[in-house]
This record gives sequence, C-alpha cells and structure tokens, in this order.
Amino acid sequence: MSQTDHAHAAESHGHIHRDDIGSKMGMWLFLFTELLLFGGMFLIYAVYRYQYPDQFHIAGMELDTGIGTLNTIILLTSSLTVALSIAALQRKNKFLSVVLLLITIVLAFSFMINKYFEWGVKFEHGLYPGSETLLGKPNGEILFFGLYFIMTGLHGLHVVIGIIFLSIILAMIIKDKITFDNYVKLENSGLYWHLVDLIWIFLFPLFYLIQ
Amino acid sequence: MANGAAAVAEKTFYEEGTSSRKGILGWLLSTDHKRIGLLYLGAVGSFFIVGVILGILMRLELIAPGKTIMEPQTYNAVFTLHGVIMIFLFIIPGIPAVFGNFFLPLQLGAKDVAFPRLNLLSWYIYIIGAILVLISLVLPGGPLDTGWTFYIPYSVRTGANVSLAIFAAFVLGFSSILTGLNFITTVHRMRAPGMGFFKMPLFVWATYATAWIQVIATPIIGITILLVILERVFGVGIFDPALGGDPILYQHLFWIYSHPAVYIMILPAMGVVSEIIPTFARRTIFGYKAIAISSLAIAFVGYLVWAHHMFVSGLSDTSAMIFSLLTFIVALPSGVKIFNWVATMYKGSIDPKPPFIWVMVFIFLFSIGGLTGLVLGSLATDVHLHDTYFVVAHFHYVMFGGTGTIFFAALFYWYPKMFGKMYSIKWANIAAALFFVAFNALYFPKFIMGYMGMPRRYYDYLPEFADLQLISTIGSWLMGITMIIIFWNLIHALLKGPKSKENPWGGVTLEWHTSSPPPLENFHVIPTVTHEPYDFSQLKEMKNYESD
Ligand code: HEM
Repeated sequence: MSQTDHAHAAESHGHIHRDDIGSKMGMWLFLFTELLLFGGMFLIYAVYRYQYPDQFHIAGMELDTGIGTLNTIILLTSSLTVALSIAALQRKNKFLSVVLLLITIVLAFSFMINKYFEWGVKFEHGLYPGSETLLGKPNGEILFFGLYFIMTGLHGLHVVIGIIFLSIILAMIIKDKITFDNYVKLENSGLYWHLVDLIWIFLFPLFYLIQ
Repeated sequence: MANGAAAVAEKTFYEEGTSSRKGILGWLLSTDHKRIGLLYLGAVGSFFIVGVILGILMRLELIAPGKTIMEPQTYNAVFTLHGVIMIFLFIIPGIPAVFGNFFLPLQLGAKDVAFPRLNLLSWYIYIIGAILVLISLVLPGGPLDTGWTFYIPYSVRTGANVSLAIFAAFVLGFSSILTGLNFITTVHRMRAPGMGFFKMPLFVWATYATAWIQVIATPIIGITILLVILERVFGVGIFDPALGGDPILYQHLFWIYSHPAVYIMILPAMGVVSEIIPTFARRTIFGYKAIAISSLAIAFVGYLVWAHHMFVSGLSDTSAMIFSLLTFIVALPSGVKIFNWVATMYKGSIDPKPPFIWVMVFIFLFSIGGLTGLVLGSLATDVHLHDTYFVVAHFHYVMFGGTGTIFFAALFYWYPKMFGKMYSIKWANIAAALFFVAFNALYFPKFIMGYMGMPRRYYDYLPEFADLQLISTIGSWLMGITMIIIFWNLIHALLKGPKSKENPWGGVTLEWHTSSPPPLENFHVIPTVTHEPYDFSQLKEMKNYESD
C-alpha cells in the first residue's frame, strides 16, 4: 500500500471498518436496554395491580378498548410494512422499499393522532395526574391513571423517535446512501420499530383488555 | 495494510489524527479511541480535582464543633455535590472510559473500538451531563441537597433544583450505556486472529463484565430518575403514600441500579491489578480462569444484593436474611481474586516499581474496605452502624482506597505507553507512601467515630468526637498535598520529562507490542496471537524490551 493510499485510509478511518454483524449486535444490546427501561415500569405496574386489584379493574373500564384495538392494528401493520420494505430493498426494488417505508411513517403518525384524541378525552373528563376529579378517586385508580399516562406516554415518545429515525432512513434510501448491498441501518431501525410494536403488544392487554 | 505501512511507522497518534483537522478540533472531532480516552482523562481528572477540593472544604468545616466556614445548608449542598461528582463524573466513567477506551482495542489487537463515532458521541453526552450538573448549581432554587442517593420523599419535597440535577444523572447514564454496548461488541467482533476468549488479558475480561453491568443496570436508574422528575412535576403518586404509592419502592429501584454500579466501579480496577501484578512479578498470573470467571460471578451475584442498603427501611426479616446471605456470597469471588494475586507474587521476581507499590496500597486498603463491608452486611451490626461514619469510612476505603488508588496505579503503569514520557519514579513512590498515611489518617478515625455513633451527613458533632475529627481533617490536608505531588509529577513529566523506553516495565500483553505512543491504527501489522496473555518467555523475542 502506497503512502497516499495510507493517507486516504486514515482520512476515512472509522468508516473503512464495516461490520454488519457487529452493528446489529450493538443494536440488539441497545434494544435490550430499552426492554429493561420498560421492564421497570412493568414491574411497578405488577406491584400496584397486585395491591389494588379491584380499583385497577374499575379504572380500566374508563379506557376505550375500541381505540386501543385500532392502534394495535395500526402498529402491527406498520411493523409488517417496515419488514417488507427491507425485503424490497434486498431485492433491489428501491421504489417499493421507499413506498413501504413511507406507509410505515404514515401509520406511525396515525397512531399518534389516535393517541392525541384518546388522551384528549381523558383530559376532558378531568382524568390526568393531579386533577381534582382524579384526586377525589380511591388510591388504586389514581395510580392506574398515573401508570397509564407514564407508560403510554413513554411509549408514545418512542413512536415519535421512531418516526424521526425512519424519516432519516427514508431520506438516506432516496439519496442512495442505503442500498441493496448496504442496508444494515434500515435493518436496525426496523428492529427498533419492531420493539416499539412489541412493547405496545404488552401495554394493550395490560391497560385495555384485562379489566 | 500489510508491509508498506512501515513507511509511516514513525508517526504517533498525536501527530496523525482521524481527520485532516489540526489543533483542538482534531481532538474534539476525533474518532480515535486513544484520543477519546485522553479527552475522558482530561474531563474525569478535572472533576476529580473539584471533588477533592469539596471534600477538603467539608473536612475544614468539621475541624471543630459548630460553624467554621459554611452554613448548614451549604454543607448539605457540598456533600451532595461531592458525592454526585465523585460517583457519576469520576468513578463510574473513570477506569472504563479512560483506560478502557485507550487500552481495550490495544489489548485486543484491534485498530479501534467497534463504533468509533458512537464512542465520540458518548464523550459529548458525558460532557452535556456534566454541564447540566453545573447549570443546576446556579439556577434559582439552589443546588441539590438530597445527598447523592436522591431519596424520596425529600427529593420530591425540597425546593432545590432536583429535576435538572438528576436529569443530568440520566444523561450520564446514557453515556455509560453507549460505552458499555460499544465495548461488548468490540470484544466479540474485534479480537485479533488467534485471540480466543481465554487468551484475552484480564483487564479486557474485567472491562467486558463491567460493560454488561453498564448495559443491564443503567436503564433501571434511567426510569427511576424519570419517575422522580414526573413525580415532582405532575404529582403522579407512584412514590407518594398519600396517593397510594410507596417510597420504599424508590429505594428498591435506586439500589437495583446503584448496587451493581459499585461493581462498575471496582471490576475494572481489579482488571488493572491483574495486569500489573504479573508484569512486576515476572510470572504468569495464578488462576487465570478463576480470575476471569470471578469477574462474571461478581457481576452476576452483584445484582442480587441491592436490598442490603435497606436493612433498616422495613424489609421483612426473611428477605433481610436472604439479602444478608447473598451479600456474604459476593465476598467469595472477591476473595478468589485477592488470593490469586497474592499467589502470583509467591516466588516471583518482584520489581517494586511505582505501579506495583500502588497496587500494594490497594490490596491493603481494599481489604479493610471489603472486610468492613461484611460488618455492614450482617444484620445485627448494620442496625447499629447504618447511616453512621462507619459507612462513610467503608465506602471511601473501597471506592477511593480501591478504585481511586488503582486509577493512579493505572496512570503510573500506562503513562509511558500513553504519552511516551517517563515521570519521576522517586516522587511517584513518595506519593504512594504519603497517600497511604494520609488515607488512613483521613478515614480510619471515621470507623471509630461511626462505631461510637457519629451519624453521616451531619454538619455539627458532639465534643467527644473533636479529637478524631481533627485527625481526620489533618489527614485531608495530607491528602491534598499528595494529590498535588501526583499531578505535578505527571504534568511535569508531560512537559519536560525524559522520553520513556518503548516497554519500560517489560509488559507482554499486546499493548506493549506496538510503539509508545502507538500509531493511529495501533499496530503496523495486526498481530497474530500465539502466546497466553501473561507468558513472559515472549520477552526474549520482543525487540522493544531491554532489561536493566
Ligand atoms: C481528598 C479526598 C476526599 C475527602 C477529604 C472526602 C471527604 C468526604 C466527606 C467529609 C464526606 C461527608 C461525610 C458526611 O458528612 O457524611 C464525604 C462523602 C462522600 N464521599 Fe468523599 N472524600 C474524598 C474523596 C472521595 C472519593 C475519591 C470518592 C469516590 C470515589 C468519594 C465519595 C464520596 C461519597 C459517595 C460521599 C457521600 C455523599 C453523600 O452522603 O451523599 N469521596 N467525603
């Protein structure tokens, strides 16, 4: 290797080393930390559900199962579209990949819009942390709504971050920075999106179904 | 990048950066793990000095009963800030982020860590966290005064700037997670050809175990901190008994992170010890596998002991006994290490250079810290000693006497490798001796006072403690002088010191196989590993070592 080549290699040091398996490993580790983050919340939920089973039951009736189900369907579909988008890119179909990713982002947005209306109704009924209506209720119900807002809020935050990531990835695919032979970034954001979906799959029954 | 690379052999990583930028930007935007390690060294070292100054100020306040130099509320803020700086800004990132960054890739025979840009990002996140701590000091509301443990309910009720300060801890945790996942991936993916897991140096093993704790435990403190902030802002009620919540739950969540975190502090230090002892005893380490596995064992059992911080918080007797038992079990893998180290020295040809002497100081102080830990781990004695100076003495012996001492040992050991310069051996030895005296003068009286009933975090004390408090304060001055000697020695060497030999101690792990300071990509030719990590027969073949 000549001197100039070496200088060039040094120039792009940190980029020359490409290790897709390593990247995915890093991503899995990160997802693991996310699971633990939510794990803490699930633990707290379990503790208080055990302590106040009846009041959790009554408070759970307030939630709108319909809108929850709709959002579950939306997220599951978006998980499918992101997976298909990766498959499309692997088969060198850039156009299809872009379209599918776009659909994913639109679905994510509609999830957040539903969430907005759902929370809005709760606020209208005076059900938010610290509100007078809520403080007038028994302790178990206060905690239920506290957990409901924290856990779905934290999840919603992850959806928003997901939207940002997926949009960046979308731009990179359009600009050919992510291609059929170098798509680990798309795969990683897909993994992240599946995690967001997965967490919702647990939140949904815990809040909306087991009443 | 095989043979031709020899043409550029003379350039070190100081002269050649990862980008064409020169000067300060060449450092601030560098993705080279060695430069990032040094950036961490600068930041961590500065905060350490601030922490030490705060400690000395506290000791000055305690020199005599009653008010000396500060108001009680200032004292609260000072011990909190001292604790937060020492824990979150010095000791947790200390060895992994400084020496882990610099030496993990070198010891693995790699060119860099797995994610170099993420690595730089973690440094910036660390700095942002540190800046947030500083901002929280000056904002109206006043500096944090909860102690570094942020216990509920006080942390929700106090008017001080709790939210911002603990958010800073959240941000710092993020930096720690990213460093951890970077190191795990590096160890799995970047080992040089021939380096199986059981040929890795023990510092790598220790850093690897630490990285797992960082990844697994830190998210829990993250969510806990978020909950405290939400509690302050919205009054959700999760920790508030009036709304059905439970303040003890906070203690559980806090210690589920913070106890494993003490192993984040000590494991890398133990790894450094396992490097230094073989090098200066010229013998392969005794019980390599036992030491490697005991790191993982400590990491694992360390998860199951958190409630020993809560024996007097109203645990049931059964759980208190179980946690006490588990606490005793952690002493086993730690004991395995101590015995293996001592066995390594047996019949070795010991060369007592400064790094080795610092390690001896470590073994002594850390043993006291560890054994007094058992005193606190037994239920009956803990009820008496909980929240007294005994605890303060215990954790200074393990954290400062343990990890802090090894931070200096590591600096003295790897200094020639990092900077290519040599410090004054004589002054390094004097500093070690002085450190030992100062340390025991500063903290040993605290064991006695704690046993006599002096509570921690108190601004004032009864007259019967006056003599011991005075000795402790004098110790803190000696400690200050020791620190000045150490820093002066190292900085002087950097500016005016003689050039060091390539391999001054005769080390054989991979970092000693390249030039000092190493070139940008660490090795001119990626090494192939054929020897066991501490096989000193290699020294004969190594060109860069001349025995004296
Ligand atoms: C010259 C060095 C040092 C001096 C003079 C010093 C002194 C002190 C003093 C007087 C206290 C308060 C005791 C009380 O009133 O309860 C304290 C607390 C503490 N120190 Fe140090 N210390 C030093 C170094 C360190 C180091 C290196 C670490 C960690 C690695 C450390 C960690 C802590 C922690 C975590 C606390 C508890 C803070 C709290 O109660 O929230 N200190 N130290």
